[in-house]
Amino acid sequence: MGDHHHGPKKGIMRWILTTNHKDIGTLYLWFSFAMFLTGGAFAMIIRAELFQPGLQLIEPEFFNQMTTMHGLIMVFGAIMPAFVGLANWLIPMMIGAPDMALPRMNNLSFWLLPFAFAVLLSSLFMEGGAPNFGWTFYAPLSTTYAPPSVTFFIFGVHVMGASSIMGSINIIATVMNMRAPGMTYMKMPMFVWTWLITAFLLVAVMPVLAGAVTMMLMDIHFGTSFFSAAGGGDPVLFQHIFWFFGHPEVYIIILPAFGVVSQIIPAFSRKPLFGYDSMVYATASIAFLSFIVWAHHMYTVGMPLAGELFFMYATMLIAAPTGVKVFNWIATMYRGAITFETPMLFSIAFVFLFTIGGLSGVMLAMAPVDFQYHDSYFVVAHFHYTMVAGAIFSMSAAVYFWLPKWTGRMYNETMGKAHFWISFIGFNITFFPQHFVGLAGMPRRIPDYALQFADFNMISSCGAFLYGASQLFFLYNVIHCIVAGKKTEKAKVWDGAEGLEWTVPSPAPYHTFTTPPTVK
Amino acid sequence: MAEQTTADNETYYVPEQSKLAICMAIAVAIMVVGVGDGINSLNPKFADVANPNGWMIFYTGLGCFILTLFSWFRVTIIEEKQGLNSPQLKHSYVLGMQWFIFSEVMFFACFFGVLFYARNLSVPWLAGEGDGALTNEYLWSGFEYSWPLVSTPQETVGIANQVIANNGEFTSAREVVDPWHIPLINTILLVISSVTVHFAHSALKANKRKAFNNWLAISLLLGFTFVGFQIYEYYEAYTHLGLTLESGIYGSTFFILTGFHGFHVCMGGIMLAVQWLRSISRGDFTPEEHFGFEASSWYWHFVDVVWLGLFLFVYII
Amino acid sequence: EEAQRWQTNLAPGVTEVGQKVYDLHMDIFILCIVIAVVVFSVMFYALIAHRKSTGRTASQFHENTKVEIVWTIIPCIILIAMAFPATKTLIEVYDTSDSELDIMITGYQWKWKYEYLNDSGETVSFFSSLTTPQREINNEDAKGEHYLLEVDEPMVIPVGKKVRFLVTAADVIHAWWVPALAVKRDAIPGFVNEAWTKPLEVGVYRGQCAELCGRDHGFMPIVVKVVEQDEYDSWLAGKQQESAKLKELMAQTFTLDEMVARGESVYNSQCMACHGDQGQGGVGKAIAGSAIAMGDISQHLDVVINGVPGTAMQAFGNQLNDLDAAAVTTYQRNAWGNNMGDTVQAIDVYNAKKGQ
Ligand code: HEA
Ligand code: HEA
Ligand code: CUA
Ligand SMILES: [Cu+2]
Repeated sequence: MGDHHHGPKKGIMRWILTTNHKDIGTLYLWFSFAMFLTGGAFAMIIRAELFQPGLQLIEPEFFNQMTTMHGLIMVFGAIMPAFVGLANWLIPMMIGAPDMALPRMNNLSFWLLPFAFAVLLSSLFMEGGAPNFGWTFYAPLSTTYAPPSVTFFIFGVHVMGASSIMGSINIIATVMNMRAPGMTYMKMPMFVWTWLITAFLLVAVMPVLAGAVTMMLMDIHFGTSFFSAAGGGDPVLFQHIFWFFGHPEVYIIILPAFGVVSQIIPAFSRKPLFGYDSMVYATASIAFLSFIVWAHHMYTVGMPLAGELFFMYATMLIAAPTGVKVFNWIATMYRGAITFETPMLFSIAFVFLFTIGGLSGVMLAMAPVDFQYHDSYFVVAHFHYTMVAGAIFSMSAAVYFWLPKWTGRMYNETMGKAHFWISFIGFNITFFPQHFVGLAGMPRRIPDYALQFADFNMISSCGAFLYGASQLFFLYNVIHCIVAGKKTEKAKVWDGAEGLEWTVPSPAPYHTFTTPPTVK
Repeated sequence: MAEQTTADNETYYVPEQSKLAICMAIAVAIMVVGVGDGINSLNPKFADVANPNGWMIFYTGLGCFILTLFSWFRVTIIEEKQGLNSPQLKHSYVLGMQWFIFSEVMFFACFFGVLFYARNLSVPWLAGEGDGALTNEYLWSGFEYSWPLVSTPQETVGIANQVIANNGEFTSAREVVDPWHIPLINTILLVISSVTVHFAHSALKANKRKAFNNWLAISLLLGFTFVGFQIYEYYEAYTHLGLTLESGIYGSTFFILTGFHGFHVCMGGIMLAVQWLRSISRGDFTPEEHFGFEASSWYWHFVDVVWLGLFLFVYII
Repeated sequence: EEAQRWQTNLAPGVTEVGQKVYDLHMDIFILCIVIAVVVFSVMFYALIAHRKSTGRTASQFHENTKVEIVWTIIPCIILIAMAFPATKTLIEVYDTSDSELDIMITGYQWKWKYEYLNDSGETVSFFSSLTTPQREINNEDAKGEHYLLEVDEPMVIPVGKKVRFLVTAADVIHAWWVPALAVKRDAIPGFVNEAWTKPLEVGVYRGQCAELCGRDHGFMPIVVKVVEQDEYDSWLAGKQQESAKLKELMAQTFTLDEMVARGESVYNSQCMACHGDQGQGGVGKAIAGSAIAMGDISQHLDVVINGVPGTAMQAFGNQLNDLDAAAVTTYQRNAWGNNMGDTVQAIDVYNAKKGQ
C-alpha cells in the first residue's frame, strides 16, 4: 500500500498521535531517561544525607519518602519503560515486521505512563507527603499508618500496571504473529526471546500486583482485614502477594538486559552467540523458577521451617541457568576477535558486575545467614549490582550500540569511553563499600547511622556523586550524537553485528519491512 | 504455528495516526485524580485534606473514557468493514484477547490465593494450630478456628484488650449465605448462559441470524438476572446476615471475590449487549467474521469458569 | 559488641549458632570467590588473548553440547553441597525448645517493650527507648561513643542460658536484630514469632530495628546486657521491687509539683518525638494551647489511654502504668502555658480504664 511509505508528520502532534513503533520507542526511551534522572536525583538526596552521621539536610520523614520514591521511580519509571522502548524500536526490525501488532494500543501503553508518574510524583506536594513506606509498601505501614497520598499511589500503580500489561500483550502478539517468513522461533535474535519471556512474566504478575494494591485500598478505606490479624488476616500475607509479583519483577528487569548483552557480545567478538539453544532454555527456566522463590525476601517473617527450606532450595537453583548464560557469554568471547567499543565495554562490565551481584544473591539465598544480611546494606549492595550494573549498564550499552541505527550518526567514541570508565569507577566506589557496612550491621532505610559506619558511607556518597555526574555526561553524549555526531550511512554500522535491523539503512526509515524480508 | 505468507504481511494495516490513545490516557488520568480524592473524602481520616469535588472529577473522566472507548471500537469496526484488516491482523486481535484473559485469570488467582492462605494458614495460626501456639496463647487466647469465622480474633479478646492498636472494628457475620439457594440458582443461570452463548455462536456460524439474536438475548437475560440476584444477595448479607466488609477475613475474601466477579459479569454482559445491538440494529457479523462477538463470548466463558471456582471455594466448602 | 570502624565482615558474635552462621557465611563466601576467580580468569584471558588487535580472526564455533552439560551440572553439584550445611544450621536456628528464660518483645513505634515471662514474683516489664539527645542528632553537640545505639533500659539476660524471645508488635512491622546474638526476627502485629539465643560471653550487645516502621525507624536501637547469673538475679530482684513499689505509689496521692516532675520525664521519653519538646506539635498535634489539654480531664485521659483510632496517636493505656499516665496528663495540662492547675492521680486513670 502506497501510503505506508511516507515519512512522519511534523510537529508535536507527530509524537502525541503516533502509532509508529519507532516513534513510540523513542518516547519510551526519553521518558525513562527523564525518570532515571528524577529517581537518580532522589538517590543523590539520600546519599547526601548519608554523607555523614547526624541529620543535616532532611527530616527522617522526608528521607523515607525519598527512599520510597527512588525505588519506585527507578524500577517502574526508569528501567521497565527503558526496555519497553528498546523492544518497540527493535523487535519489529529484528523479526522483519512492519510495526507492532497493535499500534494504537501501543500508543496508549506509552501515554498512560507520564500521567501515572505525574500522579505519583505530585504526591510529594500533597498534605501528609508522598508514600513513605518503602518501594515494597509492606502493610500495615502502608495501610493503617499511610499518609493520604497512598490512595493516589494505589491508583497510580493500577494505571502503570495496565500500561505494562498492554505493552506486554502487544509484544507477545508481535512476536507470535508478525515474524517474517522463515523467522522461526529458534531463529529469533536472543533479545526477542528474552522479551517474549519477559512479556509473559509481566502479564502473569502485574495483575497480582494490582490485586495487592486493591486489597490495600480496601483495608484503608472500606474496613476489610486482609492484612490485619484482628480480623483473621495477616500482614505477612501482603508480603507473599507482593513478592509473588516482586521476585518475577526483578527478572523482568534483568531478562531484557540479558538479551541486549547477547546481541552485543557476539557483534564485538565477531563470533556467533555460543549456545543459542541453551540460552533460550536457560531463560525459560529462570522465568519458571522465578515463580517459586518469592519468599526468599521473607526469611525472617517467621515462616514454618518447611517453607523456609523449600524457598531456599528453589532460590539456589536459579544460579544454575543464570550460570549457563554467563558461561555462554564468555564462550562467545573465547577465541573471538574482540574489540572494545563503548557498547562492548558496558557489556563486559555487565557480565563482570552482574556476576558479582548474582553471587551475593546466592549468599542471600542461604536462609540461616540471610538472618544476618536481611534488611542490611548488604542487600542494597546486592540489588544495585544486579540492577544498576545489570540493567542500567546494559541500557547504556544498548543506547551506544543502536544509536547509529536510530539517528544515522555515530556517537563520539572517546566521550563514550569516558562515560564508561567514570560510570564503572563511580559505580563500584558507591556500592562496593555497601557490602562492608551491611555485613558490619548497618540497616537499610535509615537516615542516620552509628559512628562506625561513617567512613564507608562517606566513600559511598562520593562514588554516588561521581556516578551521578557521569549520567549527566551520558545525556550530553546522546544529545551531542543526535545533533552533531558524524553521519553514517552504512546499514551495518558494526562489522560484526548480525540481524535484520542491520540490513536497513541508518537511520532506519520511518517504515521498515512493509514488505517482509525472507529469512533463510 | 503456521508460517505467515508474504501476502499477509504486506497488507498488515498500521493506522497512520490516532487521537484515541491520548484521549483515553487523559480520561484515565482525570479518573485517577478524581477517584483518589473521592475515596479520600469518604474516609474520615483523610476527608479534611481531600478535594471535595473528587467524584465530580471522576465522573467527568469516566464520561470521557466511555466516549473514547466507544469511538475506539467504532473505528476498529469501520476499519474491519473497509476490509483493512488482513487475516494476520485479525490474529493479532485474537492473541490480544487471549492474553488479556490470561491476565484476568491471574488477577483472580491472586484473590483465590488469599482465600487459601486465610483458610489454611493465617486463621489456623491465630487459633493456635501449627506454628501458632504462642500467637494464640499470648495474643488471641480463646480464639478458635472455624470457617466461616464464628468470631473474629478481635471479638474474642475484646477490642480494648487487643495488642494491636487502631486498626478498625471487625465483627463476624451472624450467618453466611446458604450456597443452595441464590448461589445455586446463580450457578445454574450462569452455566446455562454460557451454553446459550455457545448456541448463539453456532447459529451465527450456520448463518442463522435470527437464532443468533435470540440465543444472545437469552444469554444476556440470564446474565443480568444473575447480577440482580447477586445484588439481592448483598442486600441480604448486609441487612439480615451481618455479613459485611468488616466481618473479618471471611467478609473480606467473600466480598472481594464475589464483588470482582460480579463486576466482570457486568463488563462481559455489556460487551455481549453491544454485540447484540450491533447484530439487531445493523446486521453486523457474518458466519466467517464476527470477532467482536467471539471475543466477548470467550470473556463470558471465562467469567463462568471463575464463578464455578467461587461457587465451590467461597460458598460450598 | 558493636561493629568496629572499618569493619568489613560479619562478626561471629558470642553464640554457638552465631559462630555456625559465621562459618557458613565464610564457606559460601569463599566458594563464591573461587567461582568468581575461575569465571573471571577465563573471561579476562579471552579478553586479553583474543583481541582483534593481535591480528586474529575469530573462530566460528557456537555450540558444544558436552561442555554445556558439564557447566550446568557442576554448578548444581556446588549448590547441593551448599544446601547441606545451610539446612543443618537453619534447623538449629529454628530449634526454640528447652529455653530457660522467655522474654516477650513487643515493637512499638518507636521503642521496644520487654516482658520477662517465666520468673516468679512480680512480673517485670518495661520499655526501652533511644537516649541519644536530639542535639547530638542535629549536630549541635559532639556525638557520644554509642551514638544512636544507647537506650534508657537495656534488656538484661544471664550468660550461658538459652533465652527464648517471643517477638510481636503493637502497630506496624518491626524487626528485632542484634548481630552479636545472631538473632533477627520480624515483629508482626498480631502474631508471635520465636527466636532464641544463648550468649556465651558477658558484655553489652547492640542492635537496631531492621524493618522500616515509619519515621523513626532509624532511631529504635536495641541494647542487651549479658551478665553473670547472680548479677542477673539481683537485677531482676531490683526490677521486681521497683514494680512492687510502683504498685504502692499508685495507691498514693501526689501534689501537683510531684506529678509535673514525674510527668515531664514520661513526656520526654514517650510523647516528645511526635508532639515536640515544647508541646508545639510535629507529627502529632500541638499540645500547648490545645483544646484537649485545656479542656475536660476525662476527655484528655480518653485520648491518652485509648489513642485516636486511625491516626498515629497510639493508645497509651497499655503502654504506661497508671501513675505515669496520670503524671504525663498532669504535665501536659500544666506545661508551656497550659496552666490548668489540676492534678490527675493514678486512681483517676484506673477508674477511667475501668469505666470503659
Ligand atoms: C535485576 C534484579 C535482580 C536480580 C537479577 C537478582 C538475582 C538474584 N537475587 Fe536478588 N534482589 C533484587 C534484585 C535482583 N536479584 C532486589 C531489588 C532485592 C531487594 C528487594 C528489596 O528488599 O527492596 C533482592 C533481594 C534478594 C534477596 C533477599 C535478601 C533479603 O532481603 O534478605 C535474595 C535472597 O535470596 C536474593 C537472591 C537472589 C538470587 C539467588 C539471584 C540469582 O538470580 C542470581 C544468579 C546469578 C549468579 C549466581 C551469578 C552467575 C552464575 C554463575 C557464575 C554460576 C555459578 C554459580 C554458583 C554455582 C553459585 N535477592
Ligand atoms: C533500577 C533501579 C535502581 C537504580 C538505577 C538505582 C540507582 C541508585 N541508587 Fe538505588 N535503590 C533501588 C533501585 C535503584 N537504585 C531500590 C529498589 C531501592 C530500595 C528502596 C527501598 O528501600 O524501598 C534503592 C535504594 C537505594 C539506597 C538505600 C536507601 C535506603 O535504604 O534508605 C541507596 C543508598 O545509597 C541508593 C542509592 C542509589 C544510587 C546512588 C544510584 C545511582 O545509580 C543513581 C545515579 C543516577 C543519577 C544520579 C541521575 C543523574 C544525575 C542527576 C539528576 C543530577 C544530580 C547529581 C549530580 C550532579 C551529582 N538506592
Ligand atoms: Cu521499628 Cu524499624
Ligand atoms: Cu527475589
